[in-house]
Amino acid sequence: MQTATKNISWQGLWGNNAALVQLLGLCPLLAVSNSTVNALGLGLATLLVLIGSNGMVSLCRHQLIPAIRLPVFVLIIASFTTCAELLLRAFALELYQALGIFIPLIVTNCTILGRAESFASKNSLLPSLLDGLMTGLGFALVLLVLGLLRELFGTGLILANMDRLLPFAGDWSLQIFSGYTPFLLAILPPGAFLFMGFLIALKNVVDKRMAKPEVAEEVLVSGSKRVRVTG
Amino acid sequence: MNLLPLLSSRNQTLTTAQIMLLVLVAALPGILVMAVFFGSGILMNIAWLILCAAVLEAVVLKIRNKPVRKSLGDYSAVVTALLLAVSLPPAAPWWLGLTGIFFAIVVAKHLYGGLGYNPFNPAMVGYAVLLISFPVEMTRWLLPSGAVAQLPDFSSVLSSFLGQTATTMDALVGATALDQFKLDRGSQTIAEYWTDNPLFGTLSGTGWEWINAGFLAGGLYMLYRNIITWHIPAAVLGTMAMMALLFYDGGSSASHGSPFFHLFGGAAMLGAFFIATDPVSGPTTNTGKLYYGVLIGLLIYSIRIWGSYPDGVAFAVLLANFAAPGIDHFIRLSKQGSSHAE
Repeated sequence: MQTATKNISWQGLWGNNAALVQLLGLCPLLAVSNSTVNALGLGLATLLVLIGSNGMVSLCRHQLIPAIRLPVFVLIIASFTTCAELLLRAFALELYQALGIFIPLIVTNCTILGRAESFASKNSLLPSLLDGLMTGLGFALVLLVLGLLRELFGTGLILANMDRLLPFAGDWSLQIFSGYTPFLLAILPPGAFLFMGFLIALKNVVDKRMAKPEVAEEVLVSGSKRVRVTG
Repeated sequence: MNLLPLLSSRNQTLTTAQIMLLVLVAALPGILVMAVFFGSGILMNIAWLILCAAVLEAVVLKIRNKPVRKSLGDYSAVVTALLLAVSLPPAAPWWLGLTGIFFAIVVAKHLYGGLGYNPFNPAMVGYAVLLISFPVEMTRWLLPSGAVAQLPDFSSVLSSFLGQTATTMDALVGATALDQFKLDRGSQTIAEYWTDNPLFGTLSGTGWEWINAGFLAGGLYMLYRNIITWHIPAAVLGTMAMMALLFYDGGSSASHGSPFFHLFGGAAMLGAFFIATDPVSGPTTNTGKLYYGVLIGLLIYSIRIWGSYPDGVAFAVLLANFAAPGIDHFIRLSKQGSSHAE
């Protein structure tokens, strides 16, 4: 059990990271990562939906008729997305308006459907919840790093407008570079692709460095397909 | 390196380094005219960017475990730096040039595999990044001498390069001729508009017409030395002239400017001879080069007239770079088709 837990966490957070390795859910990832608060908001919403849908799919996995499992997954994910949308609307209206269409679009995030199909429908409740948590955290962390970097280079400050998500964080805004001429490309769409590319490259470099001492760590959870898009 | 082939007969096979040196020589007339009209700022840009390019190139080559001296010695980084430097406003702050050359050398050239593998013209990638990111700094062109009583002295150029906002400079910065031409000129005909405005010379912008003549001379020299073929420059300039002729209408208040205004304004000659002819990012077949040049000419004119930027060489070249592999593919395809039919 201990090694299984470790393995699920490792695969979700790093080894098979949804954003950096599987390259899933890139559309919302690239579109809303122009500021930390947006990135964190969407990351948390996706995390919640992922945990909820993984748990629910795992609970009803014995009742499912295989032929119609995908529509059922989508219905479950859509229900949780609606919950996340209503929560954001109730408690963080400004953030909800800033994120716009990308909140309802969480339904179409391939990461969530992928985890439901390849993990939750084959495993019991607790591992499924853990897998949802770890995959969601992996996705949210990449989103957060991307948001921080793009905001830093694009405006010279970080954590601006954090009170949109956390009411007590109104004065978190940090001026990192003073007298900085904003590097607009970073917050424009090309900047998203550029910084994402650098992050993927960085991950591959780190992996290469780590692979030298220990070659193991490649054991997968049964049924979890390793979908590696990058070379 | 043996410099003798540079001076001897023109039909000798040249190494990459010799070709790049000849390109540098060919760019000299244009650069000298630029220095006459815009002062020492342009030379400062060139020196700074060449320094940055050499250092960045050496560092990246070191990281990639490639022979530093051999690759640095082909002068391709110097040519990239030069082309970017003459595109920047004279006396631009140091970080502007550094950012641009970083994107040109590190991102556009080496991340795509180094010299010979870059799908996009490195200098123009650097320029486009800067224009999108720093629109204010990128449009602070000095007024050419002739339109202004005297050019800024060396100390104010230097302080502007170091990033200090010198108030003495503000009066010397202004719209370029292409900028000015895009403004609404009311009911004035082109002739009336030009007589009132010191930015316009005989054929095109004050200073710019001579700068373009300088780059044209350099381009013709490269043609003579067989460094470039005639296809791309002829297609670019021919298309621009044709488009300008179509929309000229003799110089009324709604006219878009004469063919001379467009051929000798902005970066037309620099773009046609020095930038669009980059052998790596363009097509390889001669027919393909013609299509490629026509596309660039159409895009330059369209961006100038109907776009929101005053000049469009960088975006035109980058968009045509996208099309270059496709153009080559279809040309080879049609050649195969015709040989099967025989």
